[in-house]
Formats: sequence, C-alpha cells, structure tokens
Amino acid sequence: MIQGNAKHIGLLQQKPIALFVVLVALLLLCFSSIAIGTREVTWQEIIGALQGQMNTMGEASVTMRLPRTVLAIFAGCALGLSGAIMQGVTRNPLADPGILGVNVGAAFFVVIGLAWFGINQLQTYVWLAILGAGITAIFVYFISSLGYGKSTPLKFALAGAATSAALSSFIVAVILPRNDIAGSVNSWQIGGVGGATFDSIQLVLPFLIVGFLLSVFIARKLNTLALGDDIATGLGENVTWIRLLAWLSAVLLCGATTAICGPIGFVGLVVPHLCRLLVGVDNRWLLIFSALVGACLLLSADVLGRIISRPSELSVGVVTAFVGAPFFIWIVRRQRVREL
Amino acid sequence: MINTNSTLARVTNGRKKRSKRWKYVASLLCLLAVAAFSITLSLGQSFTPPQDVINVLLGENVPGASFVVGQLRLPRAIISLLVGMSFGIAGVAFQVMLRNPLASPDIIGVSSGATAAAVFAIIVLHMDGTSVAFFSIAVGLLVALAVYGLSYRNGASGARLILVGIGVSAMIESFIVYLLSQAQAWDRQEAMRWLSGSVNSAQIHQALPLIISLLIFGGFLLSRSRDLEALRMGDDTAHALGVRVGMTRLTVIVSAVGLIAVGVAITGPIAFVAFLSGPIAARLVKNNGSLLIPSGLVGACLVMGGDYIGQFLLQSRYPVGVITGALGAPYLIYLIIRVNRKGGSL
Repeated sequence: MIQGNAKHIGLLQQKPIALFVVLVALLLLCFSSIAIGTREVTWQEIIGALQGQMNTMGEASVTMRLPRTVLAIFAGCALGLSGAIMQGVTRNPLADPGILGVNVGAAFFVVIGLAWFGINQLQTYVWLAILGAGITAIFVYFISSLGYGKSTPLKFALAGAATSAALSSFIVAVILPRNDIAGSVNSWQIGGVGGATFDSIQLVLPFLIVGFLLSVFIARKLNTLALGDDIATGLGENVTWIRLLAWLSAVLLCGATTAICGPIGFVGLVVPHLCRLLVGVDNRWLLIFSALVGACLLLSADVLGRIISRPSELSVGVVTAFVGAPFFIWIVRRQRVREL
Repeated sequence: MINTNSTLARVTNGRKKRSKRWKYVASLLCLLAVAAFSITLSLGQSFTPPQDVINVLLGENVPGASFVVGQLRLPRAIISLLVGMSFGIAGVAFQVMLRNPLASPDIIGVSSGATAAAVFAIIVLHMDGTSVAFFSIAVGLLVALAVYGLSYRNGASGARLILVGIGVSAMIESFIVYLLSQAQAWDRQEAMRWLSGSVNSAQIHQALPLIISLLIFGGFLLSRSRDLEALRMGDDTAHALGVRVGMTRLTVIVSAVGLIAVGVAITGPIAFVAFLSGPIAARLVKNNGSLLIPSGLVGACLVMGGDYIGQFLLQSRYPVGVITGALGAPYLIYLIIRVNRKGGSL
C-alpha cells in the first residue's frame, strides 16, 4: 500500500545507494570535525593523535576533539531517531522534542535536583533528565489530545510552547535566589557537545542503546500504526503497547541526549522531514536514515559553530535553532493548517 | 407574526443589562487597582500612614516618608500600573484578533523579539534608557511584521500566524541564549533578573514613554474595538459586516506590539501578564462588551499584586515576573484543556 503511492516513494529509490551516500557524508563530516577547530593542525598530527600520541599541541587538540565528535554522532542519531518516532506515533508533522517541551522538562527536573536535593553527579542528572523528559512528553501529548477532535498540529505546538513557557519561569524562580548554582545551570542550559569526555558518554550510552534497540523493534510496527488505529488493531497489533514502547524509546533517546548536551532543538523536527523527502515514508528505512542524517546534521552544526565565531565557539544548539526554525516555518507554510 | 414591540424591548433591555454589567465590572477592577496602588504606597517593610502618603503625593516634605514613598514606592507603583495596563491591553488585542486565548504575545514570539532586541541593546550596544525602548520597539515591530508576512498565504490565517510565531520565537530565544553566553558572569545574573521581568529598578521618568505609548497605541486599539469585536466572530463574518480584515489585523498587530515593546524595554517581559489578563477579564465581563479596558485593569492588578507578593510575602525576594509566571502556569494548563474541549474563543 505504501509502495503503491508514487508520491510517497521519495527521491532516491535506490535505497542502498542513498545509504552509501549518507555514510560517506558522515565519514567526511567526522573527519572535518576532527580536523577543523580553533587550532590549525597538520595531517601528521591528526594521524599521530588517532594513534594515541600526545606529543605536540596539535595532537593534543585533536585528542580533545575526538570525544565531542563521538558525542555529536550519538546525540545526532538519538535526536533524529526520537523525532522520527514521535512524528510516526503522533502522526503529527510538528512533533519534535523541542516543540514538545521535552527539553525544558528535562532541564526543569535537573534544576530541581541541583537546587533542592544537592545532586551534582552526572549519573543522577541522566535519570532526572529522562524522568523529566518523559513526564513532560506524556503531559503535553495528553493535554493536546484531550477532547474536541484529534490532536492537531496547532494544539500540539501550542500546548508544547505553553508548557515550556510555564516550566521556564519555574526554572527561573528556582535559580534566582541561588547564586551558587546559577552558573552551572546556565552552562548546562547553553549545552552543546564541546565539554564532552568519554566518561560522560559512557554514562548515557546504556540509555541510548536501549532506545536504539527499542526503535529497531518498533520500526515495522510503526508502519502498521500509520494505517490508522482501527486497521492496525484489525491486523492484530496491540496499538496501546506499540505507542507505549515508541514513546519510551523516543523519551529515552532525547532525555539521555539532553542530560549531557543540554537542550538541542529542531534536529528531531528537521531530519525526519528531510529523510521522508529522500526515502519515502517506510519507517524501517526512515528510522535508519533519520539516525544517520541526524548525526550528519549535528556534526556539521558543531563544525559550523566552530568556524563562524572563531576563535570562540557557537554552541551547537544555537546553530541548529537557526537552521531549524526557518525549516519549521517552511513546513507550517507548506501544509494546510486547520483553524482551531 | 412577531410582536415587534416586545422584541425591541427585549433587545433594548438586553443591551442595558450588558452595559450595566460592563460598567459594574470595570468599576470593580478600578477599585481593585486603586487598592493595590495604595497598598504598594503605604505598606512595605514599614507602614506609612495614609495621611503621610497623601502629603508626600501633594509634594510636601514629610520626614521619614518622603524618601520611602516618593523615591522608592511611588515609581514602582506607577510603573507597575502602566506596564500592567500595556501588557493587558496588548495581550487581549492579540487573543481577540486571533480568536485563541493561547495566542498571546508571550507565546507567539512578539515578546521574545522585543526582549532579544533589548538584551542586544544592553549587552552589545551598551545603550540605556530611551534608546533601548526605541530599539526594542523597532525590532519588536520588525519581528511581528515578519511573522505576519511569513504566515501570509492567500490571506493570513490565524492558526498559521500562531505556528509561525512559535517557530520565530524559538529562533529568537536561542539568540538570547547565545547573547547571554557571551556576557560576563556578573552581567548574566542581572540579565536573568531582567529577563524574568522586574520593576525593581523603576524610576519615575520611565513613566513618560509608557504613558505616551498607552495614549497612542492603546487609544488607537480602543478606537478599533468595534472591528476587533467583529473579528471575534470569525474572518468571514467580520468581512461580511464590513470590516477590512487584513488591514485591521495589521494595524492591531502594530499597536499591540508597540505597547508590548515599550513595556518590555522598561521592565523586561513580565511572564504571562499579557496572557492571563484577557481570559480573566473575559470571565468577568462575560460577553458584555469590549474586553480592552477590563483586561488592561486586570493586567495592572496582576503586576502590582505579583510585585507585592514577590517583595514581601515570600521568604526571598523574587521579581514580579517569577510570581506571575508561577501563578500563570496552572491557569495556562487549565486553559489549554478547556480550549481543546470547547474550541477556541475567549
């Protein structure tokens, strides 16, 4: 049924070729992420650093760039994937961790943990962020689908924006009287992949892996869900169960990412739409491509942030917002928006 | 046959009743605003007897009270009152025009545009006072027009305007985050205080731009209130009633943004005042006339009340925006649920 509709097949029908192109792009970006930065490095230094040497300043800075490259790949994969899953499960073109308020929800929980419970270990941050992300996501989805018709993109985006606004003002209320934690919260909120270490990546890796595995498991079932709840039930799927697993996977992925990168918006929104243009709506391919293109996008945003404001750096979240927001507006303009 | 006489009588009666209700609500809100104003003036860390307050207001020099009332409390009360009115009127203008109580300037990016401009002017351009206000009006208008233009496609649909606004506001907010990350650490705490909206540093000369903007933009909105009321019934109905929908929308946006931007430049974006005033006023007035003035009064009460709570009733001192934000959040969620259940209208 999906294959039959020519409009939905996508530009690149040779999916293995497309996959190859994306992988090559990812490799090139990885290389530029290692090679480009504040300090110019030579070929020898890059090769030396990759072999584990740290004799020159150049080699040392390449070694510093390795973990952030790895983190950018993981975070990009996770965000792209969670966006694709959210869009699939809500059947809403505007679903995105940022729009949904999940980022702010995670931030809110982390701030509360910092301020009231004196938590300062990254390990606990991660749990708090995932918990906050999950509760906010469910909350926003719940109120946007209450009563009066289905959950339209407008209701959805408004509920997300409103919840974010409310939570942000709570965050300010918690931080303002506490000069001692304001600095650390601020640096966390600006986020980015710049401060990555292999230790911090290791902390969130289990959550990401569980999220990835779940997404592999539900990819095919999301296709069935796309036919509508009734048909999916008729085909023998347990719709509620799929939804639950899908949300769990999406929340694990974006919550864990937010915990160590801070809020990064719009990757989850832009990437699945791009991939749908490329490879069509089949979720099995869409999820794979979303993950890879997400990694490409985050890597290039990170590299771009280093190039634009040399010698300092522009946080990756700022870059993605500037790329993503125009895209968001384009999607809004493209589709017919139903009046509320 | 319809008895024309009794129909006429019913219509006249209904109109009288409605205008009575409107006057009743408006005077009640006025009283409340005056009460909040006097409490701000007379009751702070120390109590100043009303007689002394009046004497100070009349320009006499009262030992002990002149400084506290005249220099500290009076500017604060006046700025709160004016800013609250500006936000209340501008917010309800947006909500009525877009027929959605959630479509307030705080949520669709107008406030964040003006805020970003003011932050930029303060941190990067090192401007102060009036020039910040002008800069933020200019940028606020630019953002509003951009949102309007981007959502224009075979006529500007209200829903698209809201969504584009959310997108633009996300972009602007990340710009603010970037600006803050470039600022010095000591500037940052100050900027955050200002970003959450505060009347702490109110000075009496700041009242002038607020009064001017209320007179020009607020007056213009009041003169358009008939068209705005027609827009509440839907674009098509308004069009049929002879309202030039596109033109009205544009002029209303310009004046509401003017009100917001001047207020934001002086106190920072006080969270949710623009958003809350309209629905509260609508609940009180109940379809009995224009919401602009009642909503302005509600806004004034919210800011003055919130500032008082933030200053004196809690353990540590909070800027008013934090209080209104915290009070507004549960109401917001209630509103979302109600709007979704009943469809959007104030």
